[in-house]
Amino acid sequence: MSVITYRQALRDTLRAEMHRDENVILLGEEIGVFEGSYKITEGLLNEFGERRVRDTPIAEEGFVGAAVGAAMLGLRPVVELMTINFSLIAIDQIINHAAKIYGMFGGQNSVPMVIRTPGGGGQQLGATHSQNIELFYAFVPGLKVLAPSTPAEAASMLRAAIRDDDPVLLLENLGLYNTKGEVPDDDESVAEIGRAAVTREGSDITLIGYSRMAALGTQVAEALAKEDISVEVVDLRSLRPLDRQTIVDSVKKTGCAVVAEDDWLTYGIGAEIAASIQEGAFDYLDAPVRRVAMAEVPLPYAKPLENAALPSTESVTTAIKETLSAVGKRVG
Amino acid sequence: MSEIYMPRLSDTMEEGVISSWVKSVGDKVASGDVLVEIETDKAVMEYEAYEDGYLVKQAVSEGDTVPIGAVIGYIGDSPDAAPEESGGGAAEQSGQAEQAAQAEEAEQAPPAGEDSPQPAGGAAEPQAAPAAQDGDGAQQGTRPRSSPLARRLAREYGLDIEAITGSGPKGRVVRADIEAAAKQRQDGAAPAQQPAAQAPAAPAGRGQEAYDDGRASTELPVSNVRKVIARRLTQSKQEVPHFYLRRTIDAEALKAFRGQINEQLESTGVKVSFNDLIVKAAATTLRAHPEVNTSWVDDKLLQHGRINVGVAVAVDAGLLVPVLHDADKTPLSEIATRTRELAGKARDGKLKPQEMSGGTFSVSNLGMFGMDSFSAVINPPEAAILAVGAMRQQPVVRDGEIVARNTIALELSVDHRAVDGAVGAAFLKDLAEVLENPMRIIL
Repeated sequence: MSVITYRQALRDTLRAEMHRDENVILLGEEIGVFEGSYKITEGLLNEFGERRVRDTPIAEEGFVGAAVGAAMLGLRPVVELMTINFSLIAIDQIINHAAKIYGMFGGQNSVPMVIRTPGGGGQQLGATHSQNIELFYAFVPGLKVLAPSTPAEAASMLRAAIRDDDPVLLLENLGLYNTKGEVPDDDESVAEIGRAAVTREGSDITLIGYSRMAALGTQVAEALAKEDISVEVVDLRSLRPLDRQTIVDSVKKTGCAVVAEDDWLTYGIGAEIAASIQEGAFDYLDAPVRRVAMAEVPLPYAKPLENAALPSTESVTTAIKETLSAVGKRVG
Repeated sequence: MSEIYMPRLSDTMEEGVISSWVKSVGDKVASGDVLVEIETDKAVMEYEAYEDGYLVKQAVSEGDTVPIGAVIGYIGDSPDAAPEESGGGAAEQSGQAEQAAQAEEAEQAPPAGEDSPQPAGGAAEPQAAPAAQDGDGAQQGTRPRSSPLARRLAREYGLDIEAITGSGPKGRVVRADIEAAAKQRQDGAAPAQQPAAQAPAAPAGRGQEAYDDGRASTELPVSNVRKVIARRLTQSKQEVPHFYLRRTIDAEALKAFRGQINEQLESTGVKVSFNDLIVKAAATTLRAHPEVNTSWVDDKLLQHGRINVGVAVAVDAGLLVPVLHDADKTPLSEIATRTRELAGKARDGKLKPQEMSGGTFSVSNLGMFGMDSFSAVINPPEAAILAVGAMRQQPVVRDGEIVARNTIALELSVDHRAVDGAVGAAFLKDLAEVLENPMRIIL
């Protein structure tokens, strides 16, 4: 077991998968000579050469489309989109091609490609470079969307994504790249796609999140444990397919829930979670499901405003305490 | 001003008939008063007001059918308040209802035995469903706020959620309140929180320990069918002076007759049961004894022109009595198929109100359970019910010799207000003779 960063876990896994399967190739902007904007592909051009690590022009629609074609012909391309914001230029290739080809052509061709891309605000990158628009893809049947929140999950989910025969979007997060966690040495675990996890057991309330919000949720739960509040944390891990059962089972146990999401509230992923809870656990709910999300504004650049717009440990903690207060539990 | 909506009174209910208005326009109404009697697919049920005020309008007149959620009336703060109706549709509907109300003014509800008349205007248009009631400005009902979890736990503990004070936002009853109430009950404290009527009827002397050993009495959910059975049969036994007449018939001829008939019907797939024969025989005999085909209602004795025989059917939800209308005029084979069809619908909960109403006499048969005989409770406003036991081989004295014969024991429960002993006995005597000479069933 070694403690490594989320970034390192992704890089090590990419390298290992390229050794394991020569059909795994990488495409993206600045991933070769520059070794990636966030250094996920560090050293890989040197090790595997230009044939398998391709620097592309700044033309997302083009190279995502090229990856769709390569995948149809038997390769397992892993595309890096520098941030999820740039996926908007390639969205037609992703939604109308990658997601549709298997079904529209009677299963003649699967599209075993991976799009790795980070989301996340809080880096003062301005409104166009700070969005969390993974729900655009989580909305579309034919795609799979994974969102690891720890280094170990980043490794096992990237492995699962590369080995899966369908197009998978692996959502990374700018705020998580430098976080550290334990990853087993010689780890070969492959995450089960479509499975959420109870990452911390608790009995008073269920806190549901994914990616940065799952990591933040664990911190909040640890802090509240000192106030004798027992928070169960559910990390969604897979936005599509969505593991409703794990969510519902947890809410059946605790009777109330807070959903923390890094996207906008209206039509956000929290809305889907809240709907799933009332469908699956209506008779177990002791309070309305509470959502904590980003302010409904283009994310400001100014640091105090950016902080104010994003969900935080404070806003999640407040939502938990208010919900617990509504069900008659003492809160500090 | 509040609107009163057609409530959903049973799981399968889609529409309801205003059976009768208990409150008249202008009457003062207190929360809990019975406003109106509503006929559902299952039964006629009382519907109570949820708030105080005055009934200012009956938007649907008696006998009319409207879907669930349609406005049936208005309760206002003063007797002459005008209902605030929105849109032409609603106004048009209540206009129609008003005309119908005038036309039917002072008209007594039809006696049992008559089908309810269809209103000339037909069913009223459905109103928009009632708005969600959770908003701050929603109408103030007496139903307390409660979380779904609290409601479920209250059911499981057998607690009356309306008797529990909520500690959540705006008085919402939450899990903590239910658990506190359950604990209080277990500790035997604070009976005020727990009205006696709501506590499960635990045997006396078994208090707390009964709770702890997992063998305590628990309150089971009660279906609307069960509530109706409880109310109507209580009413029957309290109000109807029953007397009972017993007669055992020789069923040899009936058995042979049934065999012959079913042989004849074999190609049609229809099979006539003993019960079908008894229903038909009862209908035939009632024609000769119209004084039994009667009802005592509100100090009036009604004699019914039609002979509609109800057949008691046990279903999971309880007891239902589908009615074979004009059974005296219905061929035996059709009685057989129609009874099968109605019993199937009863089991599926698909009986329509008109298929369960208008009975003038009932037959209840527990022969299939091996009962020798039993005393049935009259189904008001009918004047009599025939209880049929199992066919049994019995030693019988015939011409001075003891011989084994198939027999069936019949017991007739009679409403003494409508039918005297001699009249009932004459009917049962004739019925027995018809069944012992079964050709007379179809003559």
